[in-house]
Amino acid sequence: MEHLEFDYDGTGEKPARALALAGVVGSGNLEVLIEAADLGGRCAAVVDTSVRGFGETWRQVLADFFARHGLSDVRVSINDGGATPAVVSLRLDQAAAEIKDAQA
Amino acid sequence: MRVARHSFYEATARKRIDGLLDAGSFREFCGPAARIVSPHLPALGMPVAFDDGVVVGEGTIDGRPVLVAAQEGGFMGGAVGEVHGAKITGLLERALDVKPDAAILLLDTGGVRLHEANAGLVAMGEIQRAALSARHAGVPVIVAIGGKNGCYGGMSIVARSCDWIVASEEGRLSISGPEVIETVEGIEEFDAQDRALVWRTMGAKHRRLIGEIDALVADDVEAFRTAILGFVGRPRPLDLDALEAEHEMLSRRLERFWDCADGRDVWARLGVNDPASVPALDAAGFNGLVDALSGGRP
Amino acid sequence: MSGAIERVLADLFGDGHGVVRDGGTLTGVARFDGRTVTVVGTADRAVIGADVALKLARAVLDAMRDEPGRPILVIVDNAGHRLSRRDELMANNGCIAHLTRCLDAARRRGHRVIGLVHDLAVSGGFMATGLSTDLCFALPGSEVRVMAPAAMARVTKIPLERLEELSAANPVLGPGVENFIRVGGLEGVWDGDLKARFREALSRPLDGADMRRSLGESRGGRTVAARIAAKVRAGASS
Repeated sequence: MEHLEFDYDGTGEKPARALALAGVVGSGNLEVLIEAADLGGRCAAVVDTSVRGFGETWRQVLADFFARHGLSDVRVSINDGGATPAVVSLRLDQAAAEIKDAQA
Repeated sequence: MRVARHSFYEATARKRIDGLLDAGSFREFCGPAARIVSPHLPALGMPVAFDDGVVVGEGTIDGRPVLVAAQEGGFMGGAVGEVHGAKITGLLERALDVKPDAAILLLDTGGVRLHEANAGLVAMGEIQRAALSARHAGVPVIVAIGGKNGCYGGMSIVARSCDWIVASEEGRLSISGPEVIETVEGIEEFDAQDRALVWRTMGAKHRRLIGEIDALVADDVEAFRTAILGFVGRPRPLDLDALEAEHEMLSRRLERFWDCADGRDVWARLGVNDPASVPALDAAGFNGLVDALSGGRP
Repeated sequence: MSGAIERVLADLFGDGHGVVRDGGTLTGVARFDGRTVTVVGTADRAVIGADVALKLARAVLDAMRDEPGRPILVIVDNAGHRLSRRDELMANNGCIAHLTRCLDAARRRGHRVIGLVHDLAVSGGFMATGLSTDLCFALPGSEVRVMAPAAMARVTKIPLERLEELSAANPVLGPGVENFIRVGGLEGVWDGDLKARFREALSRPLDGADMRRSLGESRGGRTVAARIAAKVRAGASS
């Protein structure tokens, strides 16, 4: 297992909801928990992954995610069972869509 | 209005709960934000899940208060570890305090989680005792089976300790997995690759025909909801007479079918005219067959 | 292994007891301190098949019919449940569930139900018997396990050496009576005077609450289960 922590500039609105969860931890899959957090406008991410040595890839995928969605004051927590970057982005997008949806 | 069919088999634990309960009524206990994860998996280099693979909480179904637990079959095969088991036990013990109209267990599990084996095994004993305590308090405990893992191992004992079992055609209920029997006893005893054999031996249709489960439904969340709702508020007796009746039913089953080598032989002896056709029947056709046989069912 | 089960029964009940061995099963009654005790169980690492489960269940039902409150001693000695196509066809899980429901009903009806592991108890076989008692003990030298370490290594894909190392450090993982005591699945070991041990177990005040989680917590073997179950019972959101 490897534990990674990242910190990014916030670029948009605070989320509409308190939290959202996407995905299930399994081989090649992951769960993404996204929560509103008082981070002074910044965004944070914590990743626990079963595959070591991909810190830079995670940093990049998460940077793209926060830039794409325009979020601030959110914390993303990930439990990963070895998902590909494409699956990671898919789950992140699902979680972001849910936490931004005031109607849900 | 019934919209497009929504597969129970494909749905996650959370989606199953969403589909079963009244919209917006579910309140989760110790949810993912609480991060109550397995204390044992990290030492084994295994990733944890924020809910340890089971969602527990309360809500309403058709306006009636219920407690519900749903195992997430995608996380470690829905296996029961220390935290996972404690959440289900705590939920069933809550039934003693709040007396809901039912406690509903959506099981999707291979049984004990080997990575925390001793804790998981004892936890299943505790779940069973808590389920029986809820029943003694007059709260019916309803099991639904229809996920990828079926319901195996110690949880198959738990399932049969509850009041009612609803399963889809895809559901399987047995103590031993086919692979375990094949590995230990050889392929002559059980060919685990023979999926048709697995279904004839452990599948929901066979279980319905011999009286192990109470309702067979199509693989549709709404169909599960309807069948479960039919059992809400209906506890089964659990007194000495009920145990004697169960003993009679099981003894008669062994007397009648102990020499049968295959599910088809059992079904033929039950009066099914064309046993070979049973696996292909849809839920409605199969339930018609069950109704026609009901006089002769054990 | 602490000797044949016959010697254990003779130590407990003298030579005149009525416990009959039929293949792998043990059923019958014995006298202890002037009262009748029903004995049910298995011997010689029996496997619990559908027929075995029903036979034991019958003996438990008879005890409830014959004499309200009569103590029941469950002798636990098995290599698990029977792995066979026929048993699965008959729904062994349903038959084992019936046995455990009978033991549970006996407990709730005021029969003191004591388990005693002799030699071996494995997984589903332990759930079928020992886990459905008021108090379950083990004889010295016996073993309780979910799966043999080599098989567990294969299934979990954790190398055997590493698994054994981890098992030594964590009682939830490895086989052994000591580990099951620490997680609260066993009450303790019966050594020395068996009669005195049985007498104590029969007279111990119990209120019917499931103490196994709190035992696991106080013994440091299962440290979070009690707290989490209590939180869920209280309906806590976090």
